[in-house]
Amino acid sequence: MGRLRIIPIVTVTALLLLWEAACRVMEVPDFILPAPSGIIHTCFTQAPLLLRHAGVTAGEIVLGISLALIMAVPLAILMFAHPAVEKALAPFLVASQAIPVFALAPLFVVWLGYGIASKVLMAAIIIFFPITVSLLEGFKHCGKEYATLFRLMGSGFWKTMRLLYWPWALPQFFSGLKVGVTVATIGAVIGEWVGAQQGLGYLMIQSNARLRVDLVFAAIVWLTGMGLCLWWFVGYLERRIITWK
Amino acid sequence: MMAMPGLSDPSAVRDTDEGLAISGLKKRFGALEVLDGFCVKVPRNGFTVLIGPSGCGKSTLFDVLTGVVTKDDGRICWLGEEVEHLGHHAAYMQQKDLLLPWLSLMDNALLPETVVGRTDRRVENRAQDLFARLGLKGFERYRPHQVSGGMRQRCALVRTLMFEHELVLLDEPLSALDAITRMSLQSLLLLLQVEFGRTMLMITHDVEEALLLADELVVLSPSPMRVTKQITLKQPKPRRISDPGLVRLKEHILETLKGDMCNGQA
Repeated sequence: MGRLRIIPIVTVTALLLLWEAACRVMEVPDFILPAPSGIIHTCFTQAPLLLRHAGVTAGEIVLGISLALIMAVPLAILMFAHPAVEKALAPFLVASQAIPVFALAPLFVVWLGYGIASKVLMAAIIIFFPITVSLLEGFKHCGKEYATLFRLMGSGFWKTMRLLYWPWALPQFFSGLKVGVTVATIGAVIGEWVGAQQGLGYLMIQSNARLRVDLVFAAIVWLTGMGLCLWWFVGYLERRIITWK
Repeated sequence: MMAMPGLSDPSAVRDTDEGLAISGLKKRFGALEVLDGFCVKVPRNGFTVLIGPSGCGKSTLFDVLTGVVTKDDGRICWLGEEVEHLGHHAAYMQQKDLLLPWLSLMDNALLPETVVGRTDRRVENRAQDLFARLGLKGFERYRPHQVSGGMRQRCALVRTLMFEHELVLLDEPLSALDAITRMSLQSLLLLLQVEFGRTMLMITHDVEEALLLADELVVLSPSPMRVTKQITLKQPKPRRISDPGLVRLKEHILETLKGDMCNGQA
């Protein structure tokens, strides 16, 4: 096991060294492709600037996820309680998976402006449907015999929801949420690319235009870090809450 | 809440009150007539076992009784009173333990009380007592996946007994267990039935299990389901399966079941 764990570290280090060597040997200009050492340098020297923009983007992501949850949870319960509602909304669910939501980003900017509202909505819309669907599937996954048992105990819908369906669906909910949080990052950044005054996506566009490719890469590194932190945090919550698997 | 005669008064255990009476029960699924005028009487405070070949409609009967499906016609009377189904009058135990994986064994057992919002000291003590009686003491805080199948089923049995209902429906509750575990649970069922004075109605296709447990043994034939024989067993419990009377009865029941199978196929 110990040997296997080292393998990914070795491959990543090898790639970075190769990249570094290639940049130095072939004397690639910094505005085309900066060396890893240069990117790391920028990550630290520009930290205050990056931190300011990262804070905005992180806020958009967290608000987006919250908004998505506020919409997804009641909707999933409603669709589960009333199959007619599910039937009515099914076409929209399917369409939402088929339409590239990124295409809507310019519209959101037109409707909601250059502030963070359009980015929050972008992040929320992208992850809203996967979370709704995973929650609904989780509810449906619960065996019919369990429902019968609860009915015989005299349990009504909300009590059964709280004691049976909700905990039952939690594992699916978390796998949906884990996919969701990483995608929410993409949603917020796309929103910033289309039109914003701050945020890591905005910083990337600005830096690209000024040929500060090292800063573009530094923003990507920060974004990756944020995405990983979120993913790790959801995974941590999942392990803390779902202790019965 | 329903009164539970027999719980406090041990002399009422062999009461001959009319318990559950089912008459003219009909249920069809499309062209398939599963129940067509099915009748059976289940004496109060007795252990009645329904035995029949698989696919004869036993599960449909229980689905109708528990209200999972609605009957097309017929009467279900519990204690002389006609009811639509037994959903609010019976505890139900199935082949699957149906324990909730995120709850401890104790919380699973207390679930019927949690649902009605009545978990107090007295209820917890009762559950504690049952845990001790069923050999689950010390495992109260374990999760279902941490214990054996036999322990899970015993926990399901505690939960069933925590229902404040006199009537207990058992749908092949032991058939998923290994032979040794099944034997110990059979004796537990007997013990609990006598002690709590519950009316038990059990489905099984294990003839020996039926002979060991039943006061009333009802042999069923398929399509549509009918009672081909109803036998009252007077032998005292606990019984031994090697008892000559039971051995003869077993042969007889197996012959009856075999005969029904042949008729059914003809």
